[in-house]
Amino acid sequence: MMMNQDADKILEVKNLQTHFFTDEGTSKAVNGISFSLNKGETLGIVGESGSGKSITSLSLLRLIPSPPGKIAGGSILFKGEDLLTKSEKQMRSIRGNEISMIFQEPMTSLNPVYSAGEQIAEAIRLHQKLGKKEAWDKAVDMLRLVGIPSPEKRAKQEPHELSGGMRQRVMIAMALACHPEVLIADEPTTALDVTIQAQILELIKTLQKDFGTAVILITHDLGVVYETCDRVAVMYAGKIVEYTLAKEIFTNPKHPYTIGLLNSLPRLDMDQVELTTIPGTVPSPYNMPKGCSFAPRCAHAKSICEQAVPDLQAIGPSTEVSCWMFTPQWEKAYEAQEKVGI
Amino acid sequence: MFVFIIRRVLQTIPVLLGVSLVVFLIMQMVPGDPATLLAGEGATKETIESLRHELGLDRPILYQYVDYVLHAVQGDFGESLRSSRPVLDEIMVRLPITLELALASIFITVVLGMIAGIISATKQYSAADISIMIVALLGISLPSFWLGLMLIYFFSVNLHLFPVSGWGTFSHMILPAITLGAGGAAIVARMTRSSMLEVVRQDYIRTARAKGLKEYIIIYKHGLKNALIPVITVVGLQFGALLGGTVLTESVFAINGLGRLIVDAIRTRDLPMVQGGVLIASVIFVFMNLAVDVLYRYFNKRIDLN
Repeated sequence: MMMNQDADKILEVKNLQTHFFTDEGTSKAVNGISFSLNKGETLGIVGESGSGKSITSLSLLRLIPSPPGKIAGGSILFKGEDLLTKSEKQMRSIRGNEISMIFQEPMTSLNPVYSAGEQIAEAIRLHQKLGKKEAWDKAVDMLRLVGIPSPEKRAKQEPHELSGGMRQRVMIAMALACHPEVLIADEPTTALDVTIQAQILELIKTLQKDFGTAVILITHDLGVVYETCDRVAVMYAGKIVEYTLAKEIFTNPKHPYTIGLLNSLPRLDMDQVELTTIPGTVPSPYNMPKGCSFAPRCAHAKSICEQAVPDLQAIGPSTEVSCWMFTPQWEKAYEAQEKVGI
Repeated sequence: MFVFIIRRVLQTIPVLLGVSLVVFLIMQMVPGDPATLLAGEGATKETIESLRHELGLDRPILYQYVDYVLHAVQGDFGESLRSSRPVLDEIMVRLPITLELALASIFITVVLGMIAGIISATKQYSAADISIMIVALLGISLPSFWLGLMLIYFFSVNLHLFPVSGWGTFSHMILPAITLGAGGAAIVARMTRSSMLEVVRQDYIRTARAKGLKEYIIIYKHGLKNALIPVITVVGLQFGALLGGTVLTESVFAINGLGRLIVDAIRTRDLPMVQGGVLIASVIFVFMNLAVDVLYRYFNKRIDLN
């Protein structure tokens, strides 16, 4: 098990809370999440739209647009130091250098008026203090590394001259140019078509091995988690509801939401007319239920679920779940003695 | 790019022909006969007739027009009816003054407008932003002739900082340039602000932040170049308004520029002078538009000029 080995821990997030203060009220987009990342491993963060995955990733680099957003509490320990106490200048030397990020939209994430090479070289010049020529050469090398044919020519081209897959490769080259210790990939393949998706994931995996980078992969695609991740955190309405090994989640899911997600995947080995769905919708961030945020949609919900929020607690050597079903209180609340169906 | 410029230059030919035709026809339609005006009061009918024949005004309109165009392409815009000097010579004396005024105003429009817009956008809803936007609103709303008179009143008459009128030195230039450039600067400031605000919300700005770049590099390198694309369009359009504005400004500050020359020529029905002046102004306008297109391409390579 990779968990709980402090020496290997490169990033540790404790009780992170990111809130948005708007006219409609306070949205607790990230509401007290904790997870850790070991050197060289891949952590998947899954969840549907609005679950707080992207806000989590932006919070790690302190890139939350403020106002209206604000990191309201918690800590982000990177190599033992809390990023939330660092100055903006110190953060700048970490961004793109020690912790990099790839975004969901390769189409709009590159600046349309600068060449691909320039955008990569810029990061290299900034963090590695190289000259213009050396930085450019290194940018071309990076393009070659991410599998772009004739990189010398491509480096001079602007984003509109490149395809979506190529742009995402440029983003990866840019993110990895300074050999970061942590790479945050926020849905890196969502905007790409399926064949390119596989190539990009493969590329991230290969480069991760070569550079020894730890990766946080944000996705809503469970297939991607299975293919790429060591561990996975399932997010729902700003909280982590299940935190476990990636393989475990497919063979032995615990939280009713995780089970619902897995059941809603189309399966090749079964004749399905209609896909299973999770009834109801995600609660509004401005109007969260008092208890467990999944309770209104949960088939197992009891009165205790509506009254208090369950903590994320270990129920095995490598699994943590936030659900009343796995607590001693559940048995008491469960008077009907009906067998728990999972 | 070269092919594009050549093609655009060729495209100006029909535009200029059209302009010359319209001006020619309008001058035909306005009441008042140049020959009568030229002959002066009390001239006999015969004198006027012979003058009209001498000027070629008794020939069919189409013939007059074709004749005019054929001469114009050789740089011969005819002679001024008033001074009897070649139109082109008169224009060439006045043109540099107007161009100086126009360039000084454009400088104010672009530099002042952009700086104000960037400050406004980067400090949205701050006191600076609100003040700039109020001044910009005034700049757009105040008519230039009124602004010019007020500037003269405060800075020239009361404070004696700048000359009241005329042209020649740098200090002559300041008040007219502000008068003429203020409206444009206000528009450019508002445009830069909104464009900049839009750009800083784009994904690539977030990418630039994630790279660890300093805020001013994000704004001036990654933001500004993108934000300038719509601003250039506005500046290009402003230049047209500016050329028109020179007429008023030159009158207020008693500057002997092209604008005033054209106005005087219209008043005295100095047909060749009006045509020549308007045509030269059109040429300048057309080439400014071409310059804007080329700049556009420089700032945004996604635009395919061909």
